[in-house]
This record gives sequence, C-alpha cells and structure tokens, in this order.
Amino acid sequence: MLARRIIPCLDVKDGKVVKGVKFRNHEIIGDIVPLAEQYALQGADELVFYDITASSDQRVVDKSWVTRIAQVIDIPFCVAGGIKTVEDAGKILEMGADKISVNSPALADPELITRLHDTYGQQCVVVGIDSFYNEETGKYQVHQYTGDESRTQVTAWQTADWVKEVQQRGAGEIVLNCMNQDGVRQGYDIAQLAAIRTACSVPLIASGGAGEKIHFKDVFEQADVDGALAASVFHKGIIPIPELKTYLREQKIAIRD
Amino acid sequence: MNDIIDLAKKQQKIVIVNTGCANISSVKFAVERLGVQVNVSDDVNVIQKADKVFLPGVGSANAAMASIQQKQLVTSIQGLTQPVLGICLGMQLMVESSEESLTDSTPCLNLILGQVKRMQVGDLRLPHMGWNTVTASSDAPLFKGLDANSYFYFVHSFAVGVSDFTLAKCHYGMDFSAAIHKDNFFGVQFHPERSSDAGAQLLKNFIQL
Repeated sequence: MLARRIIPCLDVKDGKVVKGVKFRNHEIIGDIVPLAEQYALQGADELVFYDITASSDQRVVDKSWVTRIAQVIDIPFCVAGGIKTVEDAGKILEMGADKISVNSPALADPELITRLHDTYGQQCVVVGIDSFYNEETGKYQVHQYTGDESRTQVTAWQTADWVKEVQQRGAGEIVLNCMNQDGVRQGYDIAQLAAIRTACSVPLIASGGAGEKIHFKDVFEQADVDGALAASVFHKGIIPIPELKTYLREQKIAIRD
Repeated sequence: MNDIIDLAKKQQKIVIVNTGCANISSVKFAVERLGVQVNVSDDVNVIQKADKVFLPGVGSANAAMASIQQKQLVTSIQGLTQPVLGICLGMQLMVESSEESLTDSTPCLNLILGQVKRMQVGDLRLPHMGWNTVTASSDAPLFKGLDANSYFYFVHSFAVGVSDFTLAKCHYGMDFSAAIHKDNFFGVQFHPERSSDAGAQLLKNFIQL
C-alpha cells in the first residue's frame, strides 16, 4: 500500500535553516546538512528545502549545499526557491535533488512549468502555491513573493483555478501552503485542502498549521492529502517523527515502517 | 546502517552508464555510501570492462533512448554479460518498447520481453509518487535480507505489467512489476538510491551478485 508521507520542510535563508511565524521574523534553527541527516535517520519520508530569500531578492543563490545533502541522505528531497529557468532547475537536479519546486517564478511565467515538464519529466516538477483565505471576499487567493514581506502581493489567481492550470501545464505534485495557518500550529486548513483535493489529480501535499499529532491524522483522513509538510513542530522537537509515525499507524493510516 | 561489503567485492569496477539523465549523482552517491568506488561513463570500453553496470534514468523514454543512440551505446549495452541494474526509467528501457510518448511507441533496448504502458489506476493519483510496499519472489538474491513487505520509493506514471520476468510486484490501483529480471539484466521501477535502508540493502545485494 502507498504510504502517506511525513515531510519536514527546511526553510533556508543565507545558508541556514530558519523558521518564521506567518512568513515573518525568521529565527535560525541550525545548519542544513546535519539537520537533513537527522530527519532522514528519524524516518522522515521526504525533505523539502525552500530557499525563501531567493525569489524575492533576485540574487543568484549559492546552492552547493544541494550536493552535500544528496551525498548524505538516502530519502528523496525537493529544492525550491529562485528557480526561474530550465537551466536553473537542471543544475539543482544534477547536484542530486529529486524534484524542484517552483512558486513565484511560475506565476510570473506559467510557461516555465511546461518547459520543466518537457525537459525533465513530470515526476520532478513540483508547484508550490501560497494561498490566503480572504475573509472579506470569502475567496482563496494565490500570493506571490511571500519570502519577503515588503514584496508580497496578491495575484489575480484564485487558488482552485491556479491548481487546475498548473496540472494542465505538467506539474507532478502540488504543495499547498495555507498562509492563514502557517506557523500558528492550530491545525491544517482542512476545508481548503479538501476543496482543492477535488480539483487535484496529482499528489497533493498539505502545508501550514501542524501543531499536534492529531492534526496529521485529521489532514490525512479528512482532506485525503498524500503528504503532510511541517517545520516548527519538528525543528523545535514538539513532535518527534518516530512518535508521530507510531501514532499514525495506530490510527490505521498507511505509514512507512 | 549496513554491514560492510566484502573487501573483494569492494574492489570491483562499478560503472554507471551516463545516460544523460538527471538522477545520476544520486545513484553515484548511494553506491559510494556503501564504501564502493564508482565511475560514471559513456565510454564503451569502460562500460564493457565493468564488473557491475548501473543504467539509471529519469524523464521520458524517447529522450533517454535518443541520448543512448546518440552516444552509440545501444548495441554495447545489449551485448553486456555482467550484471546490469536498470533503475526507474533505466528499467523501463530494458523492455521492448514504451508508450510514454504522445505520438507513437518508443523502441527500447529489448533485453526483456514486455511493454511500458501508462498506469490505469482509476481514481488514484498519478504520478504514483511515494513509498510503497513491494512483494518479491522469496528466492530472489536481489531482495536477500529484505522483509516481505519492505517499502521502496516510487515516482512514475508508466509501468511494466506483471509477467514471467517479474521479480517483485507492487500494487497501486493495479499490479505491476516493481522489479524484473532475465539472465544478467535486472531492473527496478523504484529508486533504491532514495529508499533508505531497504534501498541500500538492495544495492548491496546487486553489488555482491
């Protein structure tokens, strides 16, 4: 049986793993490679590295850490942040990443998804989507450049429409960051994830809001997502991964041994 | 993590065929983690002299076959007599043909009978992405020391059906070959280089064949 995935997300800024609350006030968690190695040993099913500075400040970012991670860990990992061209993606994949994730650059140039699909195949093209629930309009809106508060902007896309668009262009997986829930540990945005699930025929990964073990159970059972991504609960040791996996197995959720 | 590979086995010449695909460094690093030296090459002489050969691949069958043809490696790979392990797309290239092309089917290396077809999984999601259990023939040396339902990491939308050449099965909406074997040619649909301890054990088993 296909297992549901537990995915620690490591936000990378200036070569360090950081975590902010609602995408702000980043604090340093630690060095990338030892943290990655530790998560692989603890039973993480996959890792995601988001270089959160890259898209917003237009730097060419040093990604040599990708190779160092590929050398030490034996689980799949995805790299996101600042990938604007097929060449950028190719370099990351050559360094040993299994997948690349595009977010703001795909919004700026949706054709990028098509080109990535055609060059490297659907299996490595992940699209990250930052989605914010606007209580005034009652709509889920896609945001861009969320790595830098001063540049963050609302796009014209409603989330479900963008999800359909990226699948048509060849996305192999979607990570939905529910911004209202990010970093506040009150649970995943089940309503939004369940709504998006119906529009999504590729694997869907939930992101934003994990605070307790039951949140993982709820998101797998109620939103039928393929994986659950979390950062602070893992980085701060609030939920040890082996304990989480044991708990989920007890709840009859398919989890890798 | 793994017990150490015999010294004699460590001194083998291990070659990864440079198919021009993207997951080559992952495979290289995984073999190196076992303490074994490995070369990446598209030189016919180097490949022919190897004790063990890896045929990695991700992406599309027609792009990979075009790359292998352009490097003039088709007949030399077909003529190999030492153990060869195809990984993911590398496994799919070992059968007769692949329909992973919108226009027509791509002829592959034709080492093992079988066709690569798009998976029919009903309401389930494609790609089949993540960790899935694999059921292997109990006597398969490639799966020696692995539990009956070990998890391996998969990422694919196309697969080879179950046949007499199936060494291990996987189920995702349908049964398909997780591993195939004929003579000296072995192929795995999953990514042992990204399958934690189980994957490392399988790579070790291959190197020790």
